Amino acid sequence: MAEVMRSETLNISNNTSSLASPELLHVLAVDDSIVDRKFIERLLRVSSCKVTVVDSATRALQYLGLDGDNNSGGVEDLKINLIMTDYSMPGMTGYELLKKIKESSAFREIPVVIMSSENILPRIDRCLEEGAEDFLLKPVKLADVKRLRDSLLKAEERVFKNMMHKRELEANDIYSQLKRAKI
Amino acid sequence: MNTVVAQLQRQFQDYLVSLYQQGFLDNQFTELRKLQDEGTPDFVAEVVSLFFDDCSKLINTMSRSLERPENVDFKQVDSGVHQLKGSSSSVGARRVKNVCISFKECCDVQNREGCLRCLQQVDYEYKMLKTKLQDLFNLEQRILQAGGMIPQVNIS
Repeated sequence: MAEVMRSETLNISNNTSSLASPELLHVLAVDDSIVDRKFIERLLRVSSCKVTVVDSATRALQYLGLDGDNNSGGVEDLKINLIMTDYSMPGMTGYELLKKIKESSAFREIPVVIMSSENILPRIDRCLEEGAEDFLLKPVKLADVKRLRDSLLKAEERVFKNMMHKRELEANDIYSQLKRAKI
Repeated sequence: MNTVVAQLQRQFQDYLVSLYQQGFLDNQFTELRKLQDEGTPDFVAEVVSLFFDDCSKLINTMSRSLERPENVDFKQVDSGVHQLKGSSSSVGARRVKNVCISFKECCDVQNREGCLRCLQQVDYEYKMLKTKLQDLFNLEQRILQAGGMIPQVNIS
């Protein structure tokens, strides 16, 4: 009986956290400027993030597997914790990319941060209304990334804690049932 | 040996500070330097190199757009200025960025003469900065070769 209970409480599978790996956030960065791409990539690496950088919204959609006709599709097992995109890009803008991501069932939960060199209030409002997590003014600072990372990790931690609490309750429930059965 | 390194480090520090004081660089360049470490000693040099390539390319494109007085594609020029302003802002190239601000104003009112002047100025500024930074990186190399470390410079 004790063995059974123990294996239940210790049944922590690999998907307890949606983090790409223990402390690493996987960030997808989208920017058409080669200078900004190099900069943001380094900024994120220095902040202990795993980074994938693409040069357009179209490529971002390709990477996510959202470029097909099936809107709810997506790449299996792709763990992205955050998407950071430039607003002004030729072709599809960051705003349009944001909308496509929020429309997809596979990726709508992923926080999307918009970056822009222009401090235009209606633009900021529009992005936030469409579900953007945050709006950063370029050039992005280390402190901005740190803040983002900390708030995302806190959110992950809350999810993890809630789940551990739930498992504890389930384990206690099983234990009580077994105790009663013994009697 | 020690004094050689100390001397070079002093030279480096003074030179870097002067670049800030003369307005060539701003705070964003400091942010760039923060991202460089012993594992990535060429990071700043690589980013600014990409920036200078970008400048050259954008200036060429804008020059072509401004070439014929009767047929100026101001939208193209505006797009170029926007990109240039963005990347100069990202690396801390203060003077280049400031010219871009005037450049945008000329574009907005479709002032071809003004645009041409700004184009010339932006070309001058980026090339000037390129030379200055090359000197700075050379100093860095000399410090490293003499066995010293690149000083952390605090710009108030």
